[in-house]
Amino acid sequence: MTTLNTWLMDPNPKSRLQSRAAQTWLTWLRFRRNPLAMIGLIISLALIFMSIFAPLLAPYDPIAQSLADRLQPPLTPGHWMGTDDFGRDIWSRILFGSRITLYIVLLVIITAPVFGLIVGTVSGYFGGWVDSVLMRITDIFLAFPKLILALALVAVLGPGMVNAVLAIALTSWPPYARVARAETLTVRNSDYIAATRLQGASATRLIWGHIMPMCLPSVIIRVTLDMAGVILTAAGLGFLGLGVQPPLPEWGLMISAGRKFLFEQWWVATMPGLAIFIVSLGFNLLGDGLRDVLDPRSAGK
Amino acid sequence: MAELSDTPAQPHAAVSFLKQTANTVCSLLITFLGLLAVTFIIARIVPVDPVTAILGERATGEQIATLRTKLGLDDPLWQQFLIYIRDVFHGDLGLSIRTRDPILSEIGRYFPATLELSTLGIIIGIFIGIPAGVLGATKPGSWRDQIVRLIGLMGYSMPVFWLGLMGLLLFYGHLGWVGGPGRLDSMYEMMLDMKVKPVTHMILIDTALAGEWDMFRNALSHIILPASILGYLSMAYISRMTRSFMMNELGQEYITTARVKGMPERRVIWVHAMRNVAVPLITVIALSYANLLEGAVLTETIFAWPGLGRYITDALLINDMPAVLGGTIVVGAVYIGINMFSDFLYRLADPRAK
Repeated sequence: MTTLNTWLMDPNPKSRLQSRAAQTWLTWLRFRRNPLAMIGLIISLALIFMSIFAPLLAPYDPIAQSLADRLQPPLTPGHWMGTDDFGRDIWSRILFGSRITLYIVLLVIITAPVFGLIVGTVSGYFGGWVDSVLMRITDIFLAFPKLILALALVAVLGPGMVNAVLAIALTSWPPYARVARAETLTVRNSDYIAATRLQGASATRLIWGHIMPMCLPSVIIRVTLDMAGVILTAAGLGFLGLGVQPPLPEWGLMISAGRKFLFEQWWVATMPGLAIFIVSLGFNLLGDGLRDVLDPRSAGK
Repeated sequence: MAELSDTPAQPHAAVSFLKQTANTVCSLLITFLGLLAVTFIIARIVPVDPVTAILGERATGEQIATLRTKLGLDDPLWQQFLIYIRDVFHGDLGLSIRTRDPILSEIGRYFPATLELSTLGIIIGIFIGIPAGVLGATKPGSWRDQIVRLIGLMGYSMPVFWLGLMGLLLFYGHLGWVGGPGRLDSMYEMMLDMKVKPVTHMILIDTALAGEWDMFRNALSHIILPASILGYLSMAYISRMTRSFMMNELGQEYITTARVKGMPERRVIWVHAMRNVAVPLITVIALSYANLLEGAVLTETIFAWPGLGRYITDALLINDMPAVLGGTIVVGAVYIGINMFSDFLYRLADPRAK
């Protein structure tokens, strides 16, 4: 451990790997000092853990109905979060629902930022009319009210998980394009870009291999900050019956099912909402903390 | 123009202001056309055939052909798009499939309710958010700052529809402090048409104008919960931005000067610094106002609020696409309009921008 520590803290790193590891270690030390960010990290890791081990952790089948046990209050033996109107254990449903949530978030964050990155870097690198046209389109999408556009898209495509993901991704790429373009403009005229170009690198190679990596840190910060928004939008679509369809245990859908007997059996709608709240709070805290340590502009404050 | 060309480096302030405004109007138009292009594309790829939706399954071939020609579905796409633009600019958003009424006049009846709700929401958000942000900025890192920040982050993290349900459960179901869903108790709802003339279609204003104070109080008890929930959402954003603008401003030299001269801290913050914070804050408030119009969609569903959001979601559930897209266009247009207006106000308020 001590040798690892001295290796990491060596002021004269001997290899690229060592200097990178040291840099990451220092960032981690700064990140660790922020208790709220650590809470966020723990929540996010817990979500991943829950969704991986849902079949082992869940005491019941999330879909199998058992009408004899319907609407049991929380703290009933065997159902500490209670049961819903079909007698399904709410805790098991929340556990399996975390898979759906994570799945939607992952699908959105591998599509929207990538598309935004491509639009932004191409726009920033080529400039001129390419830039004008692409940025105009970006502005148009940015001027849209997001949820309404997602609603209209889902209405056309039909309800369902994949279409919900598509609608959310289509409405959330523009900010990434903006960020990537801004980063591209700052590195476009650097010497190393000019040197690579003189070696005969093509535009594709320059953008892919030399400009995009420079845009990644700011895009990643933006992604963590956006994840909570993605979860909320997906839950909203589910709540309106336009996202994931029953009987799947999607959290927004579970809230909408519990709405019918809110005043008598409050737990059915409350529990999944708490899950959404805790998970998106976790992502928000994590994103905030990451921005504080990774973004040089906010480091001074 | 001749005068202008003499001093090309520094055109007259008013002229450059006009020029910028013209620019703004231009980009507003382009953005709006983009919005129409998107809704047009959505309307054309929709799997529900508009002809079958209107005529039903048992229409004859001849009827279908007549209606297709009448709706212009046989024209080339670009021509259809031009006609579409012309119609929208004439205020014709088509007919609702559900009611067969013109969509624009239907929206005209629903929109004031949304406007009323989100306006009250933004007022609550401003009156809590700005002091909260200032509180955080004056003592950064203190426990008060942390609490303001955490409350703000919680606002970002809660699904608005769930917050609405929890509010109903607590304040309506258990405590009985507020009215339930809807704009009025059903007793007053029946009396509404007889006693109150719909002047603005905003229930607080209409009942006040008619002097029906019982009804006004009842309406207030119904609107206060959804408006507070929307207010909380905008407060989260407003307080965060106020904090960062204020911290930036408090580091400036003129603030130090004012403090050194012995000016009371309250005056330094609320008069000197606030004047400069107010300018970027206009944009923030306008943006969150526009976002509230959108947040109203889910809130209205929870509170059975007869606004635009509910109009759109109701139409969605029965596949009334013209109504959905009409609602989208209106919300989008208002959204774009507010953004541009804030841009304009910003330049009006910031002397450097002139």
